[in-house]
Amino acid sequence: MVMKVYGAIASTATRRVFATLYEKDLEFEFVPVDLRAGEHKQGHFLARNPFGQVPAFEDGDLNLFESRAITKYVAYAYADKGTPLICEGKPMATVGVWMEVEAHQFDTLASKLQWELVYKPMFGMAKDAAVVEENEPKLAKVLDVYEARLSQSKYLGCDCFTLADLHHLPTLTNLMGTPLKKMFDARPKVSAWVANIMARPAWAKVLAMTNQQ
Amino acid sequence: MVMKVYGSVLSTATMRVFAALYEKDLEFEFVPVDLRAGEHKKEHFLALNPFGQIPAFEDGDLKLFESRAISQYIAHVYADKGTPLVCEGKPMATVGVWLDVEAHQFEPLALKLRRELLYKPRSGMATDAAVVEETEAKLAKVLDVYEARLSQSKYLGCDCFTLADLHHLPAMTTLMGTPVKKLFGARPKVSAWLADISARPAWAKVLAMRNQQ
Repeated sequence: MVMKVYGAIASTATRRVFATLYEKDLEFEFVPVDLRAGEHKQGHFLARNPFGQVPAFEDGDLNLFESRAITKYVAYAYADKGTPLICEGKPMATVGVWMEVEAHQFDTLASKLQWELVYKPMFGMAKDAAVVEENEPKLAKVLDVYEARLSQSKYLGCDCFTLADLHHLPTLTNLMGTPLKKMFDARPKVSAWVANIMARPAWAKVLAMTNQQ
Repeated sequence: MVMKVYGSVLSTATMRVFAALYEKDLEFEFVPVDLRAGEHKKEHFLALNPFGQIPAFEDGDLKLFESRAISQYIAHVYADKGTPLVCEGKPMATVGVWLDVEAHQFEPLALKLRRELLYKPRSGMATDAAVVEETEAKLAKVLDVYEARLSQSKYLGCDCFTLADLHHLPAMTTLMGTPVKKLFGARPKVSAWLADISARPAWAKVLAMRNQQ
C-alpha cells in the first residue's frame, strides 16, 4: 500500500513532505485537499489532522500530521533509501539543534514576511508595511548567524545535506521571489547554500508539481 | 565531566531541560545566566548560543542550544537511564507528531497569554484584553483537540509519559497561576493529564530550584 500525502501543492508545509519523499525516491500518492472550499476544516479531514491543517500523511495504518514530524518519520523509517537526511550518532544532536532553529528562529519570521509579500498580493490584499519593517531586520540577524554557521559547516546541521537544510526550502523559495532576496544574496555563505539546496533535483520535482496544475 | 545547563530557573525553556535531566536522574551543573544584566547577549554566551537565548547546554565537547533539541538529545543518548522519554520504533512517529503539536499549536498561544497576563502587569504595562480573549479562544480549540486525544491515549504521544507531555510543563504551570486555568479545569481528560504530569517528582525538583532563588 503506497504512502499518501493529503495537502496542497502551494502549501509550504506540504512541500516540505514532498521534498523529503522525492529525496528518498519513495513512491507516494498525492491527495489534494481543497483549501478554498474549506475541506481542511471538514470532518473527514479533521479525522486525519484534528488541527485542520495540511499536510496529513498515511503510511499503512500509521496516520501522521505536522510536516516536520512526517519528514522525520520518513527520514528514519526509510533511512536506507535515497538521500540520508539524518546522521548517525553524535552529529545528529547538532542536526537536531538546526532543525529547531529552522522551526523557531527562521520560519516564524519567514512565514510572516511570506504572508505579507507573497500571499496577500495573490489574494488582492494590501501589504502591512509595518510588519515587513519589523521583521526584516530580525530575519537579517538570523541570517547573520547562518552566515557564521555556514563559514564553519558545509550545511547547517553538519557537512551533509539534512532535514535541517531541507525544511527551509519551501518558505525560502517563496522569499527568493520577493525583494527580500537581497538579504540572502548579501551574505556569501548563505547565498551559496541557498543556491546549492534550491538546485537539488528533488526540489525541482516539487516545483514541477506546481507547473502541472 | 558533568553536563552543564546555562540558563535561568525562571525560564520556561531552561526548565524544560531541567525536567528532562531530573526525569533521567542525571547529574548536571546549573550555570546561571544573568538576563537582567544582558549576559545572554554577550560574547561568551553567544559562543554557546549565537541566537542569544537561554538555555545552552554542554555535554563534554558537545555544545547544544534550543531546549527541545537538548531534551531530545538527552532522551536518546541516555535512553537507558531513568524515565524512558522516547519510544522504540513506530510509536515514536506519533510521539514526534505531538512534540510538534506542543511547539507549534500550544506554546505560541501559551506564551502570548503569559506575556499579557503576567509579564506586562509586572512591567507596569496594560494587559490587552482583546488579545487575551482572542488567544484564549484559540487555546480552547487546541485543548478540545487534546481532550479528544487524551480520551484515546493515556498520554499525548502514546500510553507512556514522553517528551511530548514533558515539554508542556513549564508554560502550562505558568498558566495555571492565571485565570486561563479554567480552560484546563473545564476539560476532564486534560485536567487529569495535567494533574498527573504536574505531580511527577522530577517536576517538583524543577520547581524547588525556583523556590531556592
